[in-house]
Amino acid sequence: MPKNEYKMGEYKKNNSSHGGPGGPGGAGGMTAGEKADDFGKAIGQLLSYCKKYLPFMLGAVILAAAGAILNIIGPNKLADITDLITEGLMTKIDVSAVVDICMLLVVLYVCGWAFSLIQGQIMAVITQRVSKTLRADISDKINRLPLRYFDSNSIGNTLSIVTNDVDTISQTMNQSMGTLVSALATFVGALVMMFYTNWIMAVAAIVASLLGFALMMVIISRSQKYFLRQQMELGAINGHIEETYAGHNVVKAYNGERHARKTFCEMNRRLYDSAWKSQFMSGLMQPLMAFVGNFGYVVVCIVGALLALNGHISFGVIVAFMMYVRQFTQPLSQLAQAATSLQSTAAACERVFEFLGEEEMEDEGHKTKALSNVKGNVEFKHVQFGYNEDKVIVKDFSVKAKAGQKIAIVGPTGAGKTTMVNLLMRFYETNSGDILIDGTPSKDVKRENLRSQFCMVLQDTWLFEGTIRENIVYSKEGVTDEQVIKACKAVGLHHYIMTLPHGYDTVLGDNASLSQGQKQLITIARAMIADAPILILDEATSSVDTRTEILIQNAMDKLMAGRTSFVIAHRLSTIRNSDLILVMKDGDIIESGNHEKLMEMGGFYADLYNSQFEEKEEAV
Amino acid sequence: MLKILRYLRKKDLGLIFISLLFIATQVWLDLKMPDYMSEITRLVQTEGSEMGEIMSAGGKMLLCAFGSLIAAMIVGFMVAKVAASLSMRLREKVYDKTMSFSMEEINGFSTASLITRSTNDITQIQMCVAIGLQAIIKAPIMAVWAVVKIAGKGWEWTAATGGAVIVLILMLGSVIALAMPKFKSIQKLTDSLNRVARENLTGLRVVRAYHAEDYQEARFEKANDDLTKNHLFTSRTMAFMQPGMQLIMSGLGLAIYWIGTYLIDGAAGPDKLTLFSDMVVFSQYAMQVVLAFMLLTMTFIILPRVIVSAKRINEVLDTKTKIHDGKVTDSELYEQGEVEFRHVSFQYPDAEEYILHDISFTAHKGETVAFIGSTGSGKSTLINLVPRFYDATEGEVIVDGINVKNYTQEALHNKLGYVPQKAVMFNGTVTSNVTYGENGRAPAEKDDIIEAVSVAQAEEFVMKMDGTYDAKIAQGGTNVSGGQKQRLAIARAICRRPEIYVFDDSFSALDYKTDRILRKKLKETTNGATSLIVAQRIGTIMDADKIIVLDEGRVVGQGTHRELLKNCPVYLEIAESQLTKEEIANA
Repeated sequence: MPKNEYKMGEYKKNNSSHGGPGGPGGAGGMTAGEKADDFGKAIGQLLSYCKKYLPFMLGAVILAAAGAILNIIGPNKLADITDLITEGLMTKIDVSAVVDICMLLVVLYVCGWAFSLIQGQIMAVITQRVSKTLRADISDKINRLPLRYFDSNSIGNTLSIVTNDVDTISQTMNQSMGTLVSALATFVGALVMMFYTNWIMAVAAIVASLLGFALMMVIISRSQKYFLRQQMELGAINGHIEETYAGHNVVKAYNGERHARKTFCEMNRRLYDSAWKSQFMSGLMQPLMAFVGNFGYVVVCIVGALLALNGHISFGVIVAFMMYVRQFTQPLSQLAQAATSLQSTAAACERVFEFLGEEEMEDEGHKTKALSNVKGNVEFKHVQFGYNEDKVIVKDFSVKAKAGQKIAIVGPTGAGKTTMVNLLMRFYETNSGDILIDGTPSKDVKRENLRSQFCMVLQDTWLFEGTIRENIVYSKEGVTDEQVIKACKAVGLHHYIMTLPHGYDTVLGDNASLSQGQKQLITIARAMIADAPILILDEATSSVDTRTEILIQNAMDKLMAGRTSFVIAHRLSTIRNSDLILVMKDGDIIESGNHEKLMEMGGFYADLYNSQFEEKEEAV
Repeated sequence: MLKILRYLRKKDLGLIFISLLFIATQVWLDLKMPDYMSEITRLVQTEGSEMGEIMSAGGKMLLCAFGSLIAAMIVGFMVAKVAASLSMRLREKVYDKTMSFSMEEINGFSTASLITRSTNDITQIQMCVAIGLQAIIKAPIMAVWAVVKIAGKGWEWTAATGGAVIVLILMLGSVIALAMPKFKSIQKLTDSLNRVARENLTGLRVVRAYHAEDYQEARFEKANDDLTKNHLFTSRTMAFMQPGMQLIMSGLGLAIYWIGTYLIDGAAGPDKLTLFSDMVVFSQYAMQVVLAFMLLTMTFIILPRVIVSAKRINEVLDTKTKIHDGKVTDSELYEQGEVEFRHVSFQYPDAEEYILHDISFTAHKGETVAFIGSTGSGKSTLINLVPRFYDATEGEVIVDGINVKNYTQEALHNKLGYVPQKAVMFNGTVTSNVTYGENGRAPAEKDDIIEAVSVAQAEEFVMKMDGTYDAKIAQGGTNVSGGQKQRLAIARAICRRPEIYVFDDSFSALDYKTDRILRKKLKETTNGATSLIVAQRIGTIMDADKIIVLDEGRVVGQGTHRELLKNCPVYLEIAESQLTKEEIANA
């Protein structure tokens, strides 16, 4: 059932919201924002990361502020027009004065438009450039981190940093920055203008707006709870759907549908409960904001009228305040929204910069020794190793392998056979002791230099989306087509490749499907092209049919010829005729020697080996 | 999308109708407010107004505002209820439907796609209904009402408003037309960036072994570049929207005043005051009209995405299940544990060729029957016909004397203990995983669980786990190794005490030794149960009562290990690749 291959957690990667065509303002408004541990630090890191663009950002900020100020002046001028018209109601309107103001307003509006447009363009460009460098830096970083990091952190986590977190940052940078600045400028501007005009009315307006606002904050904080709950319920039900779909055959065969359905309905019910509540709460924002605005408006009118009747202020002041109060309440809600989205940006920043700050592999610039013309003698000398400092699993291991020998690594599942690969290739460093290649400790040369002495074929065949040729040549430079064809002929794949629509240029992807065995043959061809003196081979071929298996076996034999080979062995023939067998159990190498010697010892190896035949003997 | 809406219940439709009334009320109140506003303006500006008049006008306006708020809250409440309950019902329907699917339909959609359909797509619908419903109802009401109110107050103003709306639609339209195609490719480009990064991460050891870091980075750089270019275009285009809308709104306000000045100036004495208050009111209404159109346009942006989601959900709901229950719930009369294939042939839907040809064999009570053959020989397919994951295209699959199609699926499954190729673990504990499902009998006792776990050779690691039998198993069993998962899956089958075991290549994740001990114990405890085993390794099946060798969907050999070595070349070929010469000779 190849189509049904489905990895747990796979769908989550599609789950992230990619802004999408929601456009500015988007939908929903509030999200259950996560919080950063240290908000200031995270944002500071982001700013210092954008250092290059700071002057431009400053420009954008100034433009946004200027646009906001124009916004405040606009209504003022409109009020002037009203004044001019009312004055002229009884007599004659001073049309030319009105036109003058109108012309001025046209200029102001166009300037405001230009300012915010330019600001938007600057921020868009900066945002995208910053996200691009962030992504590139993360990709860079991936290749400089020790394997230890990835063995203890899931791939999903790292991937989510590259996509989701960078996305979050870029979205807020693009949208919030502009809004934040202009909202702040409008807010402060309106505040200043209000107090400048009349302090009593200013206080009245502020108190009225803040009253409404307090109410809103209460609702926001309550709705936050429902949002979190909805998010959690959604996660739970998605998990349940995922596992019962992926394990559909088991659910069916075990009559688990009733139970699964019951669990589902309970979860669905709970989700419904939190979903409508959070939906309702977030839907309240808009009307509440409108109400707060109207409330402020009426309060200003009444207080203004009171003052005007007593002769304290002129009518114009009231008209101006009607505008100010709107300008004062609007940015408040924008600020509140920007604050929540900044919170999640900070959380994303924290993860991104934490990843970028992870300790890298030791710099090897100072190492001058290099391996060349390696024959392939490998020696383990008092090697001690543990994945954790305090838990040594390989205790003092020494063995010598001569050039061209075949070394089999055997042991039950989970015995830590990959540890040997990790140490040989220096994916992990030994705690103490050395691995010598032709007498040179592998620690003394650069990692690239060491690794170029190895070619490697692993059990989980790794191919990428690219042409067959690209997959075989991979990173090696100056490989001719003849060499590629020769390698493919050697592994017995040439004929098959020629039957594909584009031959060697066929792109390996979802459509061109190779069987597991053919994939393995390609990785063997890749190792042949790499043509290094030492070989690491994982020969498990459990899911391959017999004929391909013979093909693979032949290809591997060809590859091993003339190379020192470390073989993670699963096949009796390999084990029996190898020059050296390393027997592993619980991470340590517990026995080593050739087949005869180990059988004589009658230890773990003999036990393991015999276990395959006991049954047959019983049968006989 | 409309098809989805038929899943709304009467009650929901009622709620929608009521919210329609409230939305109308809200619009009415919203449009009433400018009247009071202008009255207040007029009162404030007219010298000698009574304080009481202002208070009463202000009070009325506040009442309107409050009423509008209440109406909005009621509408919000109803719409939230409708949206959430629609999505709840859809989710349940899609889930039920999917659970009733056979492997054929599941594979037709692919598991990943079904999951997205049951989760993301439904969330999309919920969002759309919650936000869109209000906008779609409210915007036209608001637009029409406001237009009616302003109509006849001066064609010049109406023309200006009309012009503003046209400019607005043109601007939004062209921005969307430009950005939409790019928005659509964002997902694809993100996926490809994701893929390159994922490839780098999964192949980390290979990348480093071949010193291909730079190579990988170059590939990433390209994906990154494509994505950034696309993003840059969309966000630069979208950056035109906000300032543009601002300009249109302010421009319209200005235009109305500008025009108004001339109108008022040209009018005769008493008309001037009427025109003036008309102008103030008009400018308010004009804004409402523009806002309404803005709202509508926004709805059209989210709509395409939702339509796609709705279509995907409908596809699932409209799919018919091919496998139907029979009537038999009991087969006590016949011998328990017998499986027979009578001339069974099978063809996958849409496949050109048969994958199984004319398969006949019988597994008697207590026998172990093994199936071996190269990949693509059809052994997994064959064994999947027993639990009716698929139905045979031709011929009959008979369990306990009755065709599997005649059983209810539940009754059939009660007889079986199935262990798949890839062990499946559910979020829960060791115990909940081992006792998973129902078998028509009382739930398993603690002793049964312990025994099943010990037979499956899982006791050792289970005892080491934190909380032993109550130890947590994460979703997908990510906190246990592949071999451990496989052993728990086997324990699950044992705990069921079935008449017939079906092992679909369930032993390959175990090492030889565990494999051997497990099967020996299994034989002791399941005495009397029939076993059907698919295997890759000869060692696993050498001692079976009957081995059936498959090649390209046909039976090419049937017999014991020794018989087959002598008379079945395909079997000999497999044996030679896995065993040494002496071992074969010794058989």
